Amino acid sequence: MTTYAHPPAVDRTAAGRRRNRWLAQVGWRHVVGVLAVAFSLFPILFVLSAALNPLGTLSSTSLVPTGGVSGENFANLFADTAFGHWFVNSLLIAGLASFVSIFLSSLAAYAFSRMRFAGRRVGLLTLLLIQMFPQFLAIVAIFLIFTTVTDLWPAIGFNTPWGLFLLYMGGALGVNTWLMKGFFDTLPRELDESATMDGASHAQVFFRIMLPLVAPILAVTALLSFIGTINEFMIANVFLTDTESKTLAVGMFGLVAGERNNNFGMFAAGTLLTAVPTVLVFQLLQRYIVSGLTAGAVKG
Amino acid sequence: MSTKLSGPGSTRTSGRGPVGPGLPRTARTARHHAPVTATGLVVKVILLGLVAGIALWAAFPLVEAEKWVGLALLAATTAGLFYLYLTPRHIPAKYLVPGTLFLIAFQVFPVLYTASTAFTNFGDGHRGSKDDAIVAIQSSSVKQVPGSTEYALSVATAGDPATGALVFLVTDPATGAVSAGDADGLRRLDAADVTVGSGGKVTAADGYTVLNFGQASARSQEITDLVVPTAGGALRSSGLSRAYEGRAIRAYDAGCDCVTDSESSKRWTADAATGSFVAADGERLAQGWQVNVGLENFSRVLTDPNISGPFFGTLLWNFAFAIGSTGFTFGLGMAIALALHSPRMRGTNLYRVLLILPYAMPSFAMLLVWRDMFNTDFGLINNLFGLGVDWFGEAWSARVAVLLVQLWLGYPYMFLVATGALQAIPKELTEATSVDGASPWQSFRAVTLPLLLVALSPLLIASFAYNFNNINAIWLTTEGGPFPADNPRNGATDLLITYTYRLAFGAQGAEFGMAAAVSIFIFAIVATVSAISFRNTRKQEEVYS
Repeated sequence: MTTYAHPPAVDRTAAGRRRNRWLAQVGWRHVVGVLAVAFSLFPILFVLSAALNPLGTLSSTSLVPTGGVSGENFANLFADTAFGHWFVNSLLIAGLASFVSIFLSSLAAYAFSRMRFAGRRVGLLTLLLIQMFPQFLAIVAIFLIFTTVTDLWPAIGFNTPWGLFLLYMGGALGVNTWLMKGFFDTLPRELDESATMDGASHAQVFFRIMLPLVAPILAVTALLSFIGTINEFMIANVFLTDTESKTLAVGMFGLVAGERNNNFGMFAAGTLLTAVPTVLVFQLLQRYIVSGLTAGAVKG
Repeated sequence: MSTKLSGPGSTRTSGRGPVGPGLPRTARTARHHAPVTATGLVVKVILLGLVAGIALWAAFPLVEAEKWVGLALLAATTAGLFYLYLTPRHIPAKYLVPGTLFLIAFQVFPVLYTASTAFTNFGDGHRGSKDDAIVAIQSSSVKQVPGSTEYALSVATAGDPATGALVFLVTDPATGAVSAGDADGLRRLDAADVTVGSGGKVTAADGYTVLNFGQASARSQEITDLVVPTAGGALRSSGLSRAYEGRAIRAYDAGCDCVTDSESSKRWTADAATGSFVAADGERLAQGWQVNVGLENFSRVLTDPNISGPFFGTLLWNFAFAIGSTGFTFGLGMAIALALHSPRMRGTNLYRVLLILPYAMPSFAMLLVWRDMFNTDFGLINNLFGLGVDWFGEAWSARVAVLLVQLWLGYPYMFLVATGALQAIPKELTEATSVDGASPWQSFRAVTLPLLLVALSPLLIASFAYNFNNINAIWLTTEGGPFPADNPRNGATDLLITYTYRLAFGAQGAEFGMAAAVSIFIFAIVATVSAISFRNTRKQEEVYS
């Protein structure tokens, strides 16, 4: 801490020094904070201004809405595009995919954490290795496989949410399993051992003891997986070509792919609407997110 | 350590007694002989019934298409599942199998398939077998010759008029018999199923939707391209209401294993090494077939100067991008976390909520927004600062722009985790250094930073591995550009993965085999880097414990 050689002689200089000390110790922190917030917010402000801009073009949009405010872009978004369909598709696919993938990987993590069996170590390493081959690189093979699947079972083929969901499930194990195995490892073994002694089956130990204990972490991992799936664009873009079957990422990319200037207002309105569910859940779970992230989750 | 903060701290509150009240307590038996509860039994029956139902549903199309291997696989999987969940043995497998099934079907199998195509010339012009190539060559050379039979034509589809597969309904002028033809060939239709109008045109047929003139002209290009192979040549359309059966000009001769053009009498001989028909003057027919080329794709990446030069340039930038994205976001996130981390600081919660907003915004949309903010003519960046920079037009400015976008998207995350890790560092440590007379900078270097790095290095590695293949970050902003004038395949901001994507699906024609070879290189690089870094962290020991 800074020490002052001369005690303050006059009240006025004392007040000045206090202000200086405040500036040196706390004030600059606020300056950094405000600058950082400005950096974080200005693109979001730009999106907001574009969404409210009645002209709806990129060239007429500035950082603050100058040409008046209107909800026309939002109305157009629902009237001219299949935005409602995209929104529902995205929520359905991402919600289901994150829920099921978290469930599948927690099952596997339980086995890896609590049981000892032949091939356990090899299994863990294999998972890590397979995960390093991004699913997207196999897109040609996936395309060919799903061409056959579409012929045989159109219900889970191209342009269906179910097919895309199944495809995402291919990556359900992997990083998530490693993460969750780490969480399970932190729970004391005495808990499930005593339950077993009292006659609980392995399934009861898993569903009644382990799962409730890691529930907050599960929620955070599920949220991250949800965000990752909502933002997935490349595979979905190959997979979904019908207007009504598209997800938000594919559909909104189509909005600005061709006429990037004219549709910008609608695009910005869509961006804001897409952000609403995530921002809400984010603020709700913020407390858990910090601890969950530090334990090693990465945003997809 | 912050990694251990996770579960227990927040979960202890929700802890219940080790055994729920509903559990039977009478039998103190070992795990393997735990009593079967009613709920467990019901759930098991329902789930297995569901499996059987799905298997049955999936079986019918397989039987119909006579895919016996697929059917056997389906039956074996279903039987295996029933065995696994009805036997009291193999407990770990009960937990591992559900996820593993998906993993094998949608990850391992495609990856192996991809790996196997890396050794072939699979791509445009080399898609199918040699027989497919011969059929394609012969039918595409069909020409109308004097004496060709003319048929009355109706264009129909088996499904939706706008998207369904096209079918030619043709009436033989001599016999009046009606046939349906598609790319697989011509088959006779029962006279009772069709209605033939005046002039021999089919106006309705069971199972088909006859297109009206408007619908047909909307798909006229597809109609022109459709060739129906027949015994004597092939059937093609001539306008929307006539079709002719022409003769193939080019014919395959098995004796010399070559294709001969009957008009120019030019000859193309099959070359099994490259999978194409090659003439004496070196001309190749566009339609070839898929052959095994061994390690040629791999050696081309390393030795062909047209590929290897850009490839290593891309590799270098790929590393710079991944390290830069991780490093800058971590640096900025940590700096802000340090600045806000002070007991005398007020309003940190408000700062935090606002700071992490970029993290909660949909990243695909924000990437596109940033792309437009960098727009030369109407972009916000140029407008705000009064610049006229063509950001994505120059290699270096495009790279800076891409990294800046990554910084914006990524630093809130690093800020969050650094804040969490800072809170886990005991105050006594930093206080002790200041008592010993260390400056804030010294205490940061000697105490805080090392502890932060230990806690966050697994995250940094994961972030590196993620950004190494961060296709969205490039594809939604620069699309890999700007491209040098002489090489439209490999741009300044291309990552290996976007480069691969362009190889596989680009405008220059698909080269799936080559793309697969590059994929394997990417996999090897990421796996090596991650293995080395994981070895250097303590994470490994924790995970194996």
